[in-house]
Amino acid sequence: MSTFITPVLNYAMLAPILVVLAGALIGVLIEAFAPQRSRSSSQLLLAVFTLIVALLALIRTRGTYSNKVAMNSVTFDGAGYLLQMSILIIALIAILLLADSDKFAAAPTAAPGSDEERQAQAANIRVTEIYPLTLFAIAGMLLFTVSSDLITLFVALEVLSLPLYLMAGLARRRRLASQEAALKYFLLGAFSSAFFLFGIAYLYGYSDSITFAGIAAAITGGAANDVFLLIGISFVSVGLLFKVSAVPFHSWAPDVYQGAPTAVTAFMAAATKVAAFGAMLRIFYVAFAGDVWQWRPMLTAVALVTMVFGSLVAISQRDVKRMLAYSSIAHAGFLLSGIIALNKSGLDATIFYLFAYGVATVGAFAIVSLVSDSSGEVSDLNRWAGLGKRSPWIATSFAFLLLTFAGIPLTSGFVGKFAIFSAAYESGNTAILITGVLSSAIAAFFYIRIIVLIFFKDPVEDGTSVVIPSMYTRITIVASLIITLVLGVFPAPVLDYITQTAFFLR
Amino acid sequence: MTLTIIMLLPLVGAGLIAILPSAQERLVKQVALATTIIVAAATIVKALNFNVDNTELQFRQSYSWISSFGINWALGVDGIALVLILMSVILAPIVILGGWNESEGGRFSVKTFYILILVLETMVIGVFAATDLFLFYVFFEAMLIPIYFLIGGYGSGERAAAAVKFLLYSLFGGLLMLASIIGLFVISGQNGEVTFDITKLSELHTGMSALTQNLLFLGFFIAFAIKAPLWPFHTWLPDAAKSGSAGTSILLLGILDKVGTYGMIRFCLEIFPDASKTFTPLIIVLSLISILYGAFLAIGAKDIKRLIAYTSISHFGFITLGIFAMTTQSQAGATLYMFNHGFSTAALFLVAGWMILRRGSSTISDFGGLQRITPIMAWSFFIAGLSGLALPGLSSFVSEFLVLVGTYTRYPVAAIIATFGIVLAALYILIPVQRALHGATTPGNENLKDLNLREKIAIAPVIAIIVFLGFYPSPLLKIINPAAAHIVQQQGYSDPAPTMNGGK
Repeated sequence: MSTFITPVLNYAMLAPILVVLAGALIGVLIEAFAPQRSRSSSQLLLAVFTLIVALLALIRTRGTYSNKVAMNSVTFDGAGYLLQMSILIIALIAILLLADSDKFAAAPTAAPGSDEERQAQAANIRVTEIYPLTLFAIAGMLLFTVSSDLITLFVALEVLSLPLYLMAGLARRRRLASQEAALKYFLLGAFSSAFFLFGIAYLYGYSDSITFAGIAAAITGGAANDVFLLIGISFVSVGLLFKVSAVPFHSWAPDVYQGAPTAVTAFMAAATKVAAFGAMLRIFYVAFAGDVWQWRPMLTAVALVTMVFGSLVAISQRDVKRMLAYSSIAHAGFLLSGIIALNKSGLDATIFYLFAYGVATVGAFAIVSLVSDSSGEVSDLNRWAGLGKRSPWIATSFAFLLLTFAGIPLTSGFVGKFAIFSAAYESGNTAILITGVLSSAIAAFFYIRIIVLIFFKDPVEDGTSVVIPSMYTRITIVASLIITLVLGVFPAPVLDYITQTAFFLR
Repeated sequence: MTLTIIMLLPLVGAGLIAILPSAQERLVKQVALATTIIVAAATIVKALNFNVDNTELQFRQSYSWISSFGINWALGVDGIALVLILMSVILAPIVILGGWNESEGGRFSVKTFYILILVLETMVIGVFAATDLFLFYVFFEAMLIPIYFLIGGYGSGERAAAAVKFLLYSLFGGLLMLASIIGLFVISGQNGEVTFDITKLSELHTGMSALTQNLLFLGFFIAFAIKAPLWPFHTWLPDAAKSGSAGTSILLLGILDKVGTYGMIRFCLEIFPDASKTFTPLIIVLSLISILYGAFLAIGAKDIKRLIAYTSISHFGFITLGIFAMTTQSQAGATLYMFNHGFSTAALFLVAGWMILRRGSSTISDFGGLQRITPIMAWSFFIAGLSGLALPGLSSFVSEFLVLVGTYTRYPVAAIIATFGIVLAALYILIPVQRALHGATTPGNENLKDLNLREKIAIAPVIAIIVFLGFYPSPLLKIINPAAAHIVQQQGYSDPAPTMNGGK
């Protein structure tokens, strides 16, 4: 046996993750010991403070890169830096939505409809576990994007997933649907984790290594059994494709998006996507790049089906959250084309797209959380009719975000779409370009249908109205709109920054 | 004043309107009118400095916009673009004045109506002046949004459905074009440096395979054929024209649809000369079908706005025919046609809008005997109609003649078939004129009021331009001809002898 090697950790580069974890732990303590009255505000303050400190810690490391941050397990490079920054910014915008604590279950552990729950509601108990849970998930996401060995990647995957499963079940109203969503998410997530782990075992068997660099070297060497490699890549891909909700691993997304509290959906839809695609970028660009001829056709097929399926099924949705879920599936297809491109412009484009899409998604769900009647949020699209008449500003903002998703020029969505499709075409993938453009046309159909519904239909008098947004929600919406518009009109600084910064240390 | 400043003027007006109080509707309208008049004046002054002998792009400006994709804020005009910009900025105040009350009673506020129109004006100038393909595309697509809300918000009847139909057709075409633009972008990157500069893109075709060039060409062409509706991509137009208010329809048919035909010249021809040649026979056939099909539909039309839309389909057939016939006359005729079509459509829609407003119906047979009751309105409609059928002495005659003559020298059969379009035009204009203006007074028409002063002021310049250019088209042709000749030359064509030298 070799001697024990003391792990060497680069704390400066791990600082963002450590800060967020510390914040989460303090949050748990607050939940346990602080008086109920002050919990909500102190949790929010702590979470925002934590994220800002993490962001500062991240910015401090700019320009210093290493692939030995935690031995060979964590690589901190330009791409990791940008992805972590995206996650932190999106989380910072999204976490303000959690401040509306009346959206979350009073007693999450009580069975829906039980006496215990009724008592908790009557006593107006507000629980704030959601903040530490969110911070744990963020820590997992941060680690997920910089993991450079499979075990760390798996640990990060679980750290980010477990809190999300819980958070999905925290809705105050329609608790059964919420708990169903949580359970579904958990079971399918566990299933895909098993696939992921299985794939790791095969990759280890193939390459005798769990690090990305080791796998890449083994592929270049090409001596080992290719079947192991293929099974490994396939199964690891299944785990990752599940997280990004690509077809055919998407079935959880609509239910979870719909059942989870909208604030959680906003965070989950945006940040998880960045993290999962970040990890996918790294593993495919660094570890599997040498085997591109084998996985590209497979991933291309998944991307094509995902785009078309997501766009087509979204047309028939009657619920705005389900519609956004299917739209996110279609966008997952577009994003996959950046991974398939496997070139520098694909990397840049994917990072830009992830950030732009994430920010717009948070804004869209923030607006969804505002439309409500006396019994809670209204996500039935028919009851959104005539929203433009009642609240023109909210309706215009939502329409703008929908146009972003549709990729109309002067929005960030267009720049992203242009960048990612041109990267795909640059790699010679005409099928992706044409299918992507055509499914964008299909997708435009349902985005526009909603705009028609909001602006050109007369309102139904059924008590649906837009609640006056709290200051926090307002900040979220305005930030999301501004970023989306600026990235659409003056994307040059951000694009240039990404181009200069994004690279993978191999 | 640079092109950029002229372009941004309407936006300034829109911003001004946005901060005015909503209750001040009259003031809002006045500001909007004043803005468009200032823009028109500024553009005309600018146009006087245009050097007609120079076939290069003029008034050029270029600032880096998105450097990592080689995208510039690049503007510049040649004769063709200049003429179309002139048409747009002159029509804008006429639309506002003619449709003074269209903004009221819509789904959105009066303010919104004028903000949308002014934003649209900025984009229209931008789309014609852009010399960067990406910039062009941005305006090409973004322009859909204001017109969509104008149709859906201030139209009549099935306005929401018509607006959606229009938007989906256009978006579909736009996305096909986006695929081609991405293709060009990547190819330009492989040939050295990524660029969207039209001049540089027009040099790429030598390195492209025929298949690539044909596919990219189709992406552009279909988008433009939807925009300037060519059979079989035309079905959205009648609905949109019928549902939009008269002013919106002028903007849509008179100005926006020209972007399609303009795009064919600027992008299809200049960037893909070989593919253009390959597809010319097909496009000429489509144009001929459009000419005749649009005319037949117009003859059968019962609704006055649909009638104008169908005549436009026929006219766009002529324009496309002229563009792809590839002679100097046909090319110059096509551009002049675009200009004239803008004004004759504006005249028709203006008067039709007033007639509909007074009568409360848009069915042609409801308007019997207007000649006696409202003579000025009836005469205006008559002149507008005659301009639509290209009567000699009115401006559209010159352009139609040039297109036919220019086409004949290269494609005699096509020119002869197209001539039937003129015969049919006489039918589709004169029949409704007879039904609506002459004959017995239809019950309900007895008390219709004639044009008021505002309406007279709005229609006067349109008719003046139609008549003036009918007798003396050379100021415009002087601007257009060198540019047209330059494009024909660029395509590697020379005019077949004998040339008629028409209009020079």
